[in-house]
Amino acid sequence: MQVAMTVNGRPVHGEIEPRMLLVHFVRDQLGLTGTHWGCDTSNCGTCVLWMDGEPVKSCTVLAAMAHGHEIRTVEDLERDGELDPVQQGFVEQHGLQCGFCTPGMMMTARWLLDHNPHPSEAEIREAISGQICRCTGYANIVRAIQWAAEHPRVEPETVPEAFAAAGQAPERSGEEVGVR
Amino acid sequence: MIPARVEYVAPHSVTEAVGALVEAGEDAKVLAGGQSLLPVLRLRMAYPSVLVDLGRIDGMRGVREEGSSVVVGAMTRHSDVIDDPLVRRYAALLASATATVADPQVRHRGTFGGALAHADPAGDLPAVAVALDAEMVAEGPGGRRTIPASEFFVDYLQTALEPGEILCEVRIPKLDGEWSAHYEKFNRTAQAWAIVGVAAAVRRSNGTIVEARVGLTNMSSTPVRARGVEAALAGASADAATVADAATRAVEGTNPPSDLSGQADYRSHLATVLTRRAVSRAAHIG
Ligand SMILES: Cc1cc2nc3c(=O)[nH]c(=O)nc-3n(C[C@H](O)[C@H](O)[C@H](O)COP(=O)(O)OP(=O)(O)OC[C@H]3O[C@@H](n4cnc5c(N)ncnc54)[C@H](O)[C@@H]3O)c2cc1C
Ligand code: FES
Ligand code: FES
Repeated sequence: MQVAMTVNGRPVHGEIEPRMLLVHFVRDQLGLTGTHWGCDTSNCGTCVLWMDGEPVKSCTVLAAMAHGHEIRTVEDLERDGELDPVQQGFVEQHGLQCGFCTPGMMMTARWLLDHNPHPSEAEIREAISGQICRCTGYANIVRAIQWAAEHPRVEPETVPEAFAAAGQAPERSGEEVGVR
Repeated sequence: MIPARVEYVAPHSVTEAVGALVEAGEDAKVLAGGQSLLPVLRLRMAYPSVLVDLGRIDGMRGVREEGSSVVVGAMTRHSDVIDDPLVRRYAALLASATATVADPQVRHRGTFGGALAHADPAGDLPAVAVALDAEMVAEGPGGRRTIPASEFFVDYLQTALEPGEILCEVRIPKLDGEWSAHYEKFNRTAQAWAIVGVAAAVRRSNGTIVEARVGLTNMSSTPVRARGVEAALAGASADAATVADAATRAVEGTNPPSDLSGQADYRSHLATVLTRRAVSRAAHIG
């Protein structure tokens, strides 16, 4: 069957089997391998991306269900070569070791800060509570998100264009291919 | 892993969806938020022939007021239930319990109707439906019918829905005025399913509990209405000792499972403790 959706501001379409999961459509058909795939039970949260502006587990959505919807992946966080404060926060506060859980953590963090710019530690922990990190531990991830809250991006006047431009051509990063 | 090969249809109305289910026969499956069904399909624990996705039926989403009821569309997502002003005002117990379901990401996709139709004994919302005397409105090839919550949950993962029937909406009688509510859930790790959960709504007038509703999660293969506790609380004094005493009746009529999370006797103990906590919180005691 045919599906069409908007991914990082760009219209995409593809021929898929109905059983294809959104995470595989995004990774294997679009080459956006920033979104990871880590479990069969919807528990780990490394596959989190945005659907219509809200974080969801893309392993628990059929690509067919996303037809006509808007998807945003971790590749869209960086704008014009500048890291999102959430990404910078993970750098500053050692928010990752292996990096496997990181894309999902950052997509949830960005959504949290968009809706609640000054979250308490409890609110941060609740937001990422369905996501598992097996190596860094949560203390540094919480600190990374707190760092981002303290260093919000100063929005340029031309946000919509900058946003669209950042979503144009997602870079494929070789080191993340074939994690599974 | 990915699901086995399956057909997929996305109808735009309930009538079309029922038609698609009937046409596809008994191996067809309704797909709502997919938060229970897709993990099952990925683990290859089920092999439906066709998935009938309700996600494109606009009329199945949202909450409205109808006389003395709040009507929640079956496709209303958990995240929308939690924030809905009508739910918060007239069915606060539902908001309280839904906030404990899974995690924010799952709540952005999972639906109220899906959680009821799935009928997992560890699911948090069936006990709420039973406690609030909700009515399930279903549509099938034979037309529409209303099923009381007390008859809806038949057994482990089994409801009174017939093949070809879709749960369309849930009517919840309003609890207004002096009612307040609390859902108390016990689990050991963040976002795990309830080992036991207790849904309590209490109408308190000054120092007296006029009336109480109590539903239990995971104390049987279906949700349990704790009638004994309710009887003990009706007209009782709103103090800690009275509530603790009433809570000991929580185990009446239950048949708790034994599994990796706990043995039956441990669950019985939990039911008593959590009933005391849920009722006390709801009644603002202590
Ligand atoms: C990681 C994780 C943790 C979770 N933790 C909890 C928890 O703590 N507590 C809890 O209560 N739940 C939990 N859930 C389940 C969650 O609440 C689901 O949203 C819910 O059980 C199913 O809703 P759904 O809309 O996703 O339904 P689906 O998964 O799409 O469907 C579930 C079943 O119901 C049937 N169905 C769905 N809608 C209808 C309808 N309208 N009419 C007829 N049949 C229908 C489907 O055919 C299927 O058999 C968890 C899920 C995950 C993935
Ligand atoms: S891959 Fe989606 S939750 Fe694990
Ligand atoms: S950084 Fe390795 S799992 Fe989180």
